[in-house]
Amino acid sequence: MESALVNGIQGLFLGVVNLGMGQMIMIALACLLLYLGIKKGYEPLLLVPIGFGAILVNIPEANMMGEEGFLRFFYDAGVRTEIFPLLIFIGIGAMTDFQPLLQNPKIILLGAAGQFGIFITLLLALALGFDKLDAVAVAVIGACDGPTAIYVSSKFAPHMLGAVSVAAYSYMSLVPLIQPPIMRALTTEKERQIVMGAAKLDPISKTTRIVFPIAVTIFASILAPKGAPLIGTVMLGNLLRESGVVERLKSASENEIANIVTLLLGLCIGATMEADKFLKAQTLLVLLLGFIAISLDTAVGIMFGKAMCALTGGKINPLIGAAGISAFPMSARVVQAEGQKYNKKSYLLMHAMSANAGGQIGSVIAAAVMLSVLQGMGIVGG
Amino acid sequence: MDTWTFGWTLALIGMGGTMLVLWLLSLLILLIKKIFPHQPEPSAAKKG
Repeated sequence: MESALVNGIQGLFLGVVNLGMGQMIMIALACLLLYLGIKKGYEPLLLVPIGFGAILVNIPEANMMGEEGFLRFFYDAGVRTEIFPLLIFIGIGAMTDFQPLLQNPKIILLGAAGQFGIFITLLLALALGFDKLDAVAVAVIGACDGPTAIYVSSKFAPHMLGAVSVAAYSYMSLVPLIQPPIMRALTTEKERQIVMGAAKLDPISKTTRIVFPIAVTIFASILAPKGAPLIGTVMLGNLLRESGVVERLKSASENEIANIVTLLLGLCIGATMEADKFLKAQTLLVLLLGFIAISLDTAVGIMFGKAMCALTGGKINPLIGAAGISAFPMSARVVQAEGQKYNKKSYLLMHAMSANAGGQIGSVIAAAVMLSVLQGMGIVGG
Repeated sequence: MDTWTFGWTLALIGMGGTMLVLWLLSLLILLIKKIFPHQPEPSAAKKG
């Protein structure tokens, strides 16, 4: 009877007894994420479930990511299978208006330049000793596109999913702080004052808007087949939006499905943040490289904008190059605000929106190209 | 394949490939716009 009593009391305090320093640090870190999401408004849709998931997974003896843990169930069902980020992509496609890009297709090249940070960061990560596929996962933070980073990371480096996802979403929300100093450092005051002509708002036919997602899917997927799931899901969502005949599916994609998957995906990302896996020097390197990647994207985009400025005889304000990343429409708004600071007559928003929409497609294409090249090199299977 | 061959190959083909695919996409958009130009809707007056 006595031993049963002792065992019972021990069972009651099992969690307290087994609470390690690492778990306490992770719970504190999770609370910080909750604070940033709730109080500061940094990507709350993701940071709140990530933070809560990180608390749950670090409760000793709760075994949330064990064989029968409920977080393990969602992780296996949605992250290991790569389904969650793809479902999010359908929602993103349904929410995105590509009309500014259709009106000004040449600006899409800024969306390519805005991805170069990915590839430069890849080299940096390799130089710092990351394994090949780990380096790919870290570099993709530079896509400035959460679902792409999650998709690639869960495919090639699932052990780094937590760090990569937290870095991707944190830096995306910090774009208004990260980009302006780089914009000012790389452009002259004269360049920042350039007034671009009123955006040529060619009306786009409904047929063009419908054909666009279908044509892009076929064309880009044939060129980079490994990226077909990424391209296909974004464009499916956009087709639901533009076709105008499946309002219920469009609405479900951008609301119910996106909301449910965001919740579960966030919890699953938090669930990968177990103390013994997350509290490593490597995590700090991932956070540092993620910051470098997004900064490099901005820098290369601006340099490309400068080249376009020179080639067009000063008709393009290089600041719009900074919007060639995937943080839509936040980056375009940053460009508009920065342009206005130096010239009240400068309205860069529509031009920046074109570049920003190009950045959205650019990030997906960059990941697709990367996956296809990796397959071609025999690094990943077919 | 050694690390640096892998890194430089992926970086160069990745950057070039991304630029090429997006440039081709811009041409595709121009082509689609040409095939399906916007036609102003007939005005209410014309509709009678």
